[in-house]
Amino acid sequence: MDAPVPLLPAPAAADRLGPDWLPGPAREGLTSTPFGLYVHVPFCATRCGYCDFNTYTADELGPGAGRAEYAGTAIAELRAAADVLGPDRPTVSTVFVGGGTPTLLPADDLAAVLAAVRELFPVADDVEVTTEANPESVGPASLARLREAGFTRVSLGMQSAAEHVLAVLDRRHTPGRAVAAAHEARAAGFEHVNLDLIYGAPGETDADWTASLDAVLAAPVDHVSAYALIVEPGTRLARRVARGELPMPDDDVLADRYELADATLRAAGFEWYEVSNWATSRTARCRHNELYWADAHWWGIGPGAHSHVGGLRWWNVKHPAAYADRLARGESPAADRELLTDADRALEAVMLGLRLRDGLPLDRLSAAGRARAAEAVVRGLLEPGAHQAGRAVLTGRGRLLADAVVRDLSD
Amino acid sequence: MAGTVTTPAATDPARIRNFCIIAHIDHGKSTLADRMLEVTGIIEARQMRAQYLDRMDIERERGITIKAQNVRLPWRPESGEQAGTEHVLHMIDTPGHVDFTYEVSRSLAACEGAVLLVDAAQGIEAQTLANLYLALENDLTIIPVLNKIDLPAAQPERYAAELAHIIGCDPDDVLRVSGKTGEGVPELLDAIVTQIPAPEGAADAPARAMIFDSVYDIYRGVITYVRVVDGRISARERIKMMSTGATHELLEIGVISPEPKPVDSLGVGEVGYFITGVKDVRQSRVGDTVTLQHRPAEQSLGGYRDPKPMVYSGLYPIDGSEYQLLRESLDKLLLNDAALVYEPETSAALGFGFRVGFLGLLHLEIVRERLERESGLSLISTAPNVVYRVVMEDGTERTVTNPSDWPGGKIATVHEPVVSATIIAPSDYTGTIMELCQSRRGSLTGMDYLSESRVELRYTLPLGEIIFDFFDALKSRTRGYASLDYAEAGEQEAQLVKVDILLQGEPVDAFSAIVHKDKAYSYGVMMAGKLRELIPRQQFEVPIQAAVGSRVIARETVRAIRKDVLAKCYGGDITRKRKLLEKQKEGKKRMKMVGRVEVPQEAFVAALSNAEPSKTGK
Ligand SMILES: Nc1nc2c(ncn2[C@@H]2O[C@H](COP(=O)(O)OP(=O)(O)O)[C@@H](O)[C@H]2O)c(=O)[nH]1
Ligand SMILES: C[S@@+](CC[C@H](N)C(=O)[O-])C[C@H]1O[C@@H](n2cnc3c(N)ncnc32)[C@H](O)[C@@H]1O
Ligand code: SF4
Ligand SMILES: [Mg+2]
Repeated sequence: MDAPVPLLPAPAAADRLGPDWLPGPAREGLTSTPFGLYVHVPFCATRCGYCDFNTYTADELGPGAGRAEYAGTAIAELRAAADVLGPDRPTVSTVFVGGGTPTLLPADDLAAVLAAVRELFPVADDVEVTTEANPESVGPASLARLREAGFTRVSLGMQSAAEHVLAVLDRRHTPGRAVAAAHEARAAGFEHVNLDLIYGAPGETDADWTASLDAVLAAPVDHVSAYALIVEPGTRLARRVARGELPMPDDDVLADRYELADATLRAAGFEWYEVSNWATSRTARCRHNELYWADAHWWGIGPGAHSHVGGLRWWNVKHPAAYADRLARGESPAADRELLTDADRALEAVMLGLRLRDGLPLDRLSAAGRARAAEAVVRGLLEPGAHQAGRAVLTGRGRLLADAVVRDLSD
Repeated sequence: MAGTVTTPAATDPARIRNFCIIAHIDHGKSTLADRMLEVTGIIEARQMRAQYLDRMDIERERGITIKAQNVRLPWRPESGEQAGTEHVLHMIDTPGHVDFTYEVSRSLAACEGAVLLVDAAQGIEAQTLANLYLALENDLTIIPVLNKIDLPAAQPERYAAELAHIIGCDPDDVLRVSGKTGEGVPELLDAIVTQIPAPEGAADAPARAMIFDSVYDIYRGVITYVRVVDGRISARERIKMMSTGATHELLEIGVISPEPKPVDSLGVGEVGYFITGVKDVRQSRVGDTVTLQHRPAEQSLGGYRDPKPMVYSGLYPIDGSEYQLLRESLDKLLLNDAALVYEPETSAALGFGFRVGFLGLLHLEIVRERLERESGLSLISTAPNVVYRVVMEDGTERTVTNPSDWPGGKIATVHEPVVSATIIAPSDYTGTIMELCQSRRGSLTGMDYLSESRVELRYTLPLGEIIFDFFDALKSRTRGYASLDYAEAGEQEAQLVKVDILLQGEPVDAFSAIVHKDKAYSYGVMMAGKLRELIPRQQFEVPIQAAVGSRVIARETVRAIRKDVLAKCYGGDITRKRKLLEKQKEGKKRMKMVGRVEVPQEAFVAALSNAEPSKTGK
């Protein structure tokens, strides 16, 4: 055939969004597996020095990608998702709007996105709907609007109660603001409120950390996330550390801070349920995050968002303009995807399951892995009681060495 | 074809002059040799590739001459009694470094005279002096020459006086040349004819020729360089090696001028090459005497000696799967290196490798570099050690070439090799040099002022003390002005002990060392400290100990790791986490296990590379 070769290859069938975008095998278990939606909002007022998330500080990024038009673009992908999933689209059990800073968008825009979810998908009666929020970007009015629109949970980035730590982290809010915002959220009717903390920032002392924990405990929250500061390559923080302006967080100090957090939070009635997450009860846990660790299904909306359905993982192009452009042309915004092999899934099961309070059934391990699990009990890394009952559950020391235990127990 | 007097095999010994050039590195030996090829007309200036005679890449890059090459030059002097008569000059290019002393001595034994070449801006150096002494022992006629007189910094007056002082001649007898411009080179060739005696030998006696070099060529097999002493060796005769009695068919015999040229035969005093088809230089050894099978000589020329490795080191491929390649590459090098010895060795820390014996440090470096360059191997070498003779209380004796083989029982005495070292430096540094040599257990055997401002110090030093970083220490303490040369000088009894390095009580063989008892402590502290920095924290505390026998002399601890978890929110990007985990698991696979301790290969490399031999670029 002499047909002229096209200059640009036409999008492959897989790139056209439609019911056959999802390969058949990935549809298995679609209706029986819990399903969540993640909506990424890729905007921040300024970029914090430590942050390597996919977020942009410009408010005009190109057609369909500016803050003002963003909700509409995200809704376009929601529509496409509903299309791809087809008639047997699953019931949405959790929605998580994250960032970036979702609350840089008007509350009405977030409400519109949620309304679209309800229009396009069946939604569970007890759906959990979380938004992340920066303390300085919410107030009583916007929180009330979000609650009214159906949001059930707010996660606030507090990071620290110490002014100098907030400064080192380039945070824009004042020390008291996060706790105040938590009170406002409660007042607006949110039953579930979380505060995020970061420990081990340069200059943070044990006393600063104790004060941050105390401040959180004095706030009306039922959930706390505490993360060890990670110096991510390519960030301003990494450059300052490389230049010697700031010290690298010390692993022993990070371990001390973790232990302090765990003890303080437990004494106040918070139990760990994932390495970095504590909640006052089972119902206070973030069900959306549990979905990730339980290897359930979720569709990630927005630039750079990651999805998983039936062993297929894919992730969207990172730049909001490229993302909007793909959608405008009716193409999938996916940058790439991978179909997990059985070996991948087995490895991931250990990697994800071990981080949880509920742990991992021992029968998910290979014979060699089970033998090493028995050794790990002896070495004080796994709970003996849980092991007896057939589960691998990390001890306090084990949580701090979780990655090493995962390497050990997986094949 | 009417031959001239200088046709090979028909040359009257009276018209032959055999000489070599003795020079310190960089004093211009190769450049001068090139000029001689040009001036005698055997190679045209435009064909001249700089340093024609240094054939190997490594030589060209390092500017050192490793393998001797020889060349036959026609020369009709313009001055002196022999003016106008054609002569044959055989230039024998000696290896310049101390590791190859034996080969130097064989090259010298093939000559009647030596050109002592000294940089007119630098003066005489230790290496020159050592080789000069060797030449004098061989009764060679010495022609002192100052080179590089074209340099503005040249001080010919000063260094002529120094040379005259050392060899006992008149400063006016010191010739002056420039290898760069060619000035003085014809005069030097004339002086070679007039001053160096013609070879003498019995033309009718059974043939005897001395092998002064032997190199492997992939196309021709081994090419052997000889100097005929008595009789005549002709093509297609069977020759016999006197050390082994082995006989070989001569496939080709010839001269180098400057490319190989087959000839019918070589007679008394002549220098040339032959090829027998053997594939291994061990079958044609430097120093051996060659005779003819059908009419063999009774007595060899003497002076033959098996090459004796002085320094041993373990060579391991960094990537364990390259072990076979390493073996093949060593086998290949062996064809061209009669001095190399090796045997397989296993190290708990480094895996499979070879214990390799070398003539000295330069030899080690050259071998390692050739393996890496020619075979693309990445190697790790353990700290080099010398050969010890250990006498046990029950009278038995062991030769130890590897610290791991140090005997455990009751030791009566330990004997270590020593060298006689010559150090030349500006006299201001005398004190510092003495301090350094004392700290290396040296004893002063002599001291001479070469001039008011330069001194020659002679020391007896344990070889084991100079194979680490002696030359670097010497250079840095004398701002690079000192030069060093040494030659083996027997052995001495010494109070030596083996220091073991233990991780969690498990000895790490690659780090054991034999040291003087007074230095055991500092070695132990140094190694333990280094390893504390290099060994990653484990889930348990790792004690690092240095011990002599069961006595711990130094201790460090790698504290247990407490945090090994990414406690951050990664949202749904599970792929990134899994990839990271897979990478970590790969890294874990590359760890070497010492007992329960995981040590990355890089830690071994780093710990050992700092203890590597000094770069001996003398
Ligand atoms: N100016 C000058 N430089 C020279 C002369 N002879 C050699 N050199 C330079 O000195 C360096 C060492 O010379 P080389 O022949 O390699 O010395 P070798 O190590 O003794 O063989 C090279 O850079 C040469 O170009 C000379 O007569 N005059
Ligand atoms: C997805 S981020 C965005 C939330 C929101 N924009 C904010 O900063 O408040 C969620 C949390 O991740 C944590 N985080 C971000 N970068 C981190 C880093 N480099 N190391 C540790 N924690 C980090 C912070 O605690 C942050 O609140
Ligand atoms: S506000 Fe949150 S998402 Fe934005 S830059 Fe800071 S940490 Fe990153
Ligand atoms: Mg040279």
